[in-house]
Amino acid sequence: MTTIVTENCKNCRFTDCVTVCPVACFHYDDEMLYIDPDVCIDCSACIPECPVQAIYEGDDIPEDQEKWIEINAEKAPDLPVCEEQMEPLPGAEERKSELGF
Amino acid sequence: MSTLGTEQNPLLVAIVGSGPSGFYAAETLIKSDIVVKVDILERLPSPFGLVRSGVAPDHQKLKQAIKLYEKIAESPEFNLIANVTVGADISVQALSESHHAIIFTCGAESDRKLGVPGEDIIGSYTATEFVGWYNGHPDYRDREFDLSHDVAVIIGQGNVAADVSRILSKTIDELKHTDIAEHALDALTESKIKEIHVIGRRGPAQAKFTPKELREFGEISDCNPIVLPDDMLLNPESEKELEEKSNIASKKIYDLFCEFSKRSIDSKKSKKCYFSFLMSPKELVGNPSLEKVVFEKNSLSGAPFKQSARGTGEIVELESGILFRSIGYQGVPIQDVPFHETRGIIPNEKGRVIDNENNVVPQFYTAGWIKRGPSGIIGTNRACSVETVTCLLEDLTKLDDGSRKSGAEVIFAILESKNIHHVSYDDWQKIDAKEIERGEPKGKPREKYTYIDEMLSAIE
Repeated sequence: MTTIVTENCKNCRFTDCVTVCPVACFHYDDEMLYIDPDVCIDCSACIPECPVQAIYEGDDIPEDQEKWIEINAEKAPDLPVCEEQMEPLPGAEERKSELGF
Repeated sequence: MSTLGTEQNPLLVAIVGSGPSGFYAAETLIKSDIVVKVDILERLPSPFGLVRSGVAPDHQKLKQAIKLYEKIAESPEFNLIANVTVGADISVQALSESHHAIIFTCGAESDRKLGVPGEDIIGSYTATEFVGWYNGHPDYRDREFDLSHDVAVIIGQGNVAADVSRILSKTIDELKHTDIAEHALDALTESKIKEIHVIGRRGPAQAKFTPKELREFGEISDCNPIVLPDDMLLNPESEKELEEKSNIASKKIYDLFCEFSKRSIDSKKSKKCYFSFLMSPKELVGNPSLEKVVFEKNSLSGAPFKQSARGTGEIVELESGILFRSIGYQGVPIQDVPFHETRGIIPNEKGRVIDNENNVVPQFYTAGWIKRGPSGIIGTNRACSVETVTCLLEDLTKLDDGSRKSGAEVIFAILESKNIHHVSYDDWQKIDAKEIERGEPKGKPREKYTYIDEMLSAIE
């Protein structure tokens, strides 16, 4: 089981999820967030927080998003931790409505 | 005197309760840009609250949240004062004199009542007792549960109900390498329970499990998850609820129930776990102990997302010798602290404690379940504690009454005068190490001490 951030976070980065992460396992770059699978405890608290439903856990990961398992694991450890909510990226609201949320 | 929150005059905060919300409050204070000293008081000799004694033993990964708490506990600003009961060993009044602020994070230790005749009959238990018992909580160490019956009933469809049902559904092999308490494992080895009925007052679209918890029932080695296909029919309002994009968790749960309802029963599996809906218990009947549960069937009424269950008058009976009530926890009052009786919480505005006339009570703050009621999971408490500590730090100037606060020193003096020996974080680490050592030969992550005396002996 693993919990991951996927495509929808790209260029949104709302960061609502990080406020409920019990173990501070979210990391960020200029585009989006990533979960460090070695720190995440799969509690799933973050999943309902995401306004664009970018976060999936284990059995729920859609097939076309499976590549993100590796991307999260690779990228997260070397990026800074995101512990507090940040401003969403410019254009996040537009992207959110484009995504149908 | 120098400004509060500086090296010369650190902000002294007492936190009552060392569960997740207590630790997240401590973390937020320690990471803030002012100088603080945090004293966490804990009733038991062991910290970590429901992560230790609530989270189910077969959910070890969730318990790794403790790793973060251990890091917080190693901060020089952090001090654990365990095995001390606020209200009995030390008064709230004394804490308000020794510290600039108190944060109450003592959780919801009691249960909501069903309010039906026979509720307290022998064989009817609260989920809290059972969870505390299998998790080795000293308060519930000597409880006995008669597991010699065929049929068990669980009232409620939230994650605690799921935990209780899952522990009853699993085989001993599935539990023996967890940190389940030895006495519970022994008792469960003798369990004769073959049928588990998990009953909700509303429908399958309103069950409060998380998808992850429900999915586990499909994977238990010796238990069939059973849902009757007819129970999956929804009223138009529930269909609307599931169509709502933001309600994706309920949709996943409904889909899992559908999947269970289409499964054929695997006769090689010896247990059955039924999920049933739209039923409320009316009476628990038996003499001297539980023999059957009388339910009334419900129907839903109201607009989508506001549907409530109403009795239809149709009665259903279920023969059962053991029942667990799991319809929600409830907080218990602390002496000298405002309390909202019906909600079972400390009344507050964003974590600032208020009295019956809605006036803010200076120095008093609250976070976690005792602040907002028993909902949400471990991480929910982090956002909750951050909100409270943000308010506390906004109030910094008001918290400085000009008097000299002595912090933990005063607490230690009071405890010494009463001959009460507190447990420090170093002491706890000794208990922790011994528990882990005890677990090793059995292939368990730890074998918990379940009596307070045992824990205290482990320190020496």
